[in-house]
Amino acid sequence: MLDAIDRRLVAATQAGLPLVPEPYRVLADQLGLDELEVTGRLKRLLVSGAIRRIGAIPNHYALGYTANGMSVWDIADNDIADIGARVGALEFVTHCYERPRHLPLWPYNLFAMVHGRTRDEVRSKVAEIAALVGPASRAHEVLFSTRILKKTGLRIAA
Amino acid sequence: MRPLDPTERAVVNALQGGFPLTQRPFRDAGARLGLSEGELIDCLGGLIAGGQLSRFGPLWNAEQLGGAVCLAAMAVPPERFDEVAELVNAHPEIAHNYERDHELNMWFVVSAAEAGRIDRVIAEIACETGLAVRAMPKTREFFVGFRVEV
Repeated sequence: MLDAIDRRLVAATQAGLPLVPEPYRVLADQLGLDELEVTGRLKRLLVSGAIRRIGAIPNHYALGYTANGMSVWDIADNDIADIGARVGALEFVTHCYERPRHLPLWPYNLFAMVHGRTRDEVRSKVAEIAALVGPASRAHEVLFSTRILKKTGLRIAA
Repeated sequence: MRPLDPTERAVVNALQGGFPLTQRPFRDAGARLGLSEGELIDCLGGLIAGGQLSRFGPLWNAEQLGGAVCLAAMAVPPERFDEVAELVNAHPEIAHNYERDHELNMWFVVSAAEAGRIDRVIAEIACETGLAVRAMPKTREFFVGFRVEV
């Protein structure tokens, strides 16, 4: 779990690192910490998964990735750990989760988000997933987003 | 939308993770790209100003910070779609809401500081709209090696 100093690091970096030659020192000064404590904590938070990665956070839409397809798969419960790991490892899959089915309307338990420049590009990537998964998938669909109804940042408690 | 120049493209492709935790990280990351510290800083500043990058820094995992997030979906009759979207979006806990081409045509993410609040928001939306709200919490997350190729 995060301690109080970690939470102050979250708050101080949520909008990004300062774009200066010594960003961790600036951050440390801001928080009244030692620079090595800041980098040590960031390293630990990366290892624990609280930080997914440090770097450029792209705006998919502005980079031309305007097609966003949510591919959903009906995978036997026994196979999902293996299949999910293999699908998630594909370079073009941005999120990969197991979620509950809602039968009969919704038989799908594996979600893999695929971004592309066009719907056809997304469809061909989904076909690659289908080839990889093979008969372990009983059915799949791709749901394209047709409209963004709301988009705000996640509310992170700091 | 302005196309990226070759330097910007190389920076976006190379720096979606693995930024060094060193005293002069822009100098060290720039060296691998054949850019000076100042050139890399200017390039990133330009990409943020131009909107191609949302920001540059750590990507925090919201759930590990103690917050709770849950995907939910609804099958909204087309004639009620805008009205229902307004009711759903009025909740500050709704972070994203997308229309998708399926019988389940409205998909949104509920995000709150405590997990209990998620269930209450979902119950409130069901009550306000008179429609079923299907909660789709993640039961397992698979590692993704994703980066955008530009």
